[in-house]
Amino acid sequence: MPLAPATKRNLVTSALVAPAAAWLFVFLVLPFIAILVFAFGERAPEGGYQAAFTFAQFANLGSRAAAFRNTMMIAPVGAFLCLIVAYPVAYFLAVKASPKYRLVLVSLVVVPFWTSLLVRTYAWMYILGSRGLPNLLDMVGISDVRMLNTPGAVLLGIVYGYLPLMIMPIYVSLEKLDLRLLEASADLGAKPLSTFFGITLPLSLPGVMTGTALVTILLLGEYLIPQLLGGGKVFFIGNALVDLFLQSRNWPFGSAIAVTLVAVVVLVLLVAMRIAWRFAGTRQVDLV
Amino acid sequence: MRALVSAVYLFLYAPIALVVLFSFNAGRNASEFTGFSTQWYGKALSNGFLTDALINSLIIAFTSATLAAVFGTMAALGMERLSPRTRAVFDGLFAAAIVVPGVVIGIATLVALVEVFAFINPVLASLWPGERPPKIGLGYGSIIAAHGLFSMALVTMIVKARISSLGRDIIEASGDLYATPLTTFRQIVLPQILPSILAGFLLAFTFSFDDFIVAFFVAGSKTTLPMYVFASIRRGVTPEINAIATLVLVASLVMIVVARVLMRERKAKTAATE
Repeated sequence: MPLAPATKRNLVTSALVAPAAAWLFVFLVLPFIAILVFAFGERAPEGGYQAAFTFAQFANLGSRAAAFRNTMMIAPVGAFLCLIVAYPVAYFLAVKASPKYRLVLVSLVVVPFWTSLLVRTYAWMYILGSRGLPNLLDMVGISDVRMLNTPGAVLLGIVYGYLPLMIMPIYVSLEKLDLRLLEASADLGAKPLSTFFGITLPLSLPGVMTGTALVTILLLGEYLIPQLLGGGKVFFIGNALVDLFLQSRNWPFGSAIAVTLVAVVVLVLLVAMRIAWRFAGTRQVDLV
Repeated sequence: MRALVSAVYLFLYAPIALVVLFSFNAGRNASEFTGFSTQWYGKALSNGFLTDALINSLIIAFTSATLAAVFGTMAALGMERLSPRTRAVFDGLFAAAIVVPGVVIGIATLVALVEVFAFINPVLASLWPGERPPKIGLGYGSIIAAHGLFSMALVTMIVKARISSLGRDIIEASGDLYATPLTTFRQIVLPQILPSILAGFLLAFTFSFDDFIVAFFVAGSKTTLPMYVFASIRRGVTPEINAIATLVLVASLVMIVVARVLMRERKAKTAATE
């Protein structure tokens, strides 16, 4: 008996989405349920997990307050610094750059983002390390400067690593800016600065929001940059998690921290989306 | 303004250029260039641990990107046909796969897999007829699965964007001219979405090839190239790492440039037809 067209259509649809659905369930939903269950459990004496239902792990979060404090302070500051550096570049690319070179210049911004963050962070370890810049300073008589393993080094690494991700959304929102508005503003006697604050900046806010939210969210889970440039002195939640899982093997406590981190990420995302809601018509950003 | 922007470009590329330059340094000294040499590349490539890690990374990146390209494209095509509510669930899950930090994905996958293995292995042992029952554990499979999650979300996002800009009339015309749905797909849809599938594949490959943190948790006894580089960095900066870093950079550069060209071509074509 031939299948009814509607049934056949449903079968095809299910077959198309089935592999992805299975993948999402087994490797995203299930793992998340697992850490949720673990977070309410107890640490087994030999490490690992022991079944229980307790809020002890969450009550203990305060013992890692430093990691949370560092992350919550350095991530937004890092995102803000990214924004300060990114804005002029995005403005130049969208408004000032000659169309002939624009594509190449934009590509030059995007490409580093897709190369290894590990290698790019390593490059700064190399430069800030004792045989790099401090060594050069030593030669001109400024000795004993320590650059690596400071909050400044971590912030530098953050700006370096995430700058492309900040430039792109701002560029996209500035690119559709109607330049005639700027001319009109100037013709009506506005000073360049008041044109900028009155027209350019407000119209680019969706891009600014998207970029800041993206960078902040990714920074909240950062591990490599604080690990390599902060050297255990400036550590994030990600570093605390690695330590808890692989060194002290306290899986339930680690799970509680991981669940809390996801909650913070979701919260930041919701706030960002709420604000973005007001700027309807945000164009989709091509990160490629 | 121009000076400021030039300074930012210098900031973006100078550190990378420095690593590349010193990978050709004849001497060991990190702050003094004493002459041109490719000895560190020779050293790196004759290091068995390194080549093993490189081969592992290539196998994992290729497999996870291939699976992601196939299943991600299927999902992008299938999601079109779902009810809005089911589609929203998929959208949410794919967004989560991209937004949840890699360190959490790594930990959660590790926790879940360890539990699953602890359940399956005794069952497998009791069912196995022979002497030594197989034991499943962390390794290639778990890294490919965890990388595949992010990659699939990435491919789905890129291909979905392409599908939504596809001209509907030509698909309807194909149907009116008695092409079967499969023929329409092969001759009309696939050629148009192929560049985005390829771009998605290359980005997925690059992601997997560069990922450290997810693999760090679920690799078991396997070592990937970023894991090897990370471990070497912690032992101290050497010219050999510069050579490896340069090779990693070149590999991802080639991938991303090709991916970008593919995506641009598609954009140029859409612009032309409009």
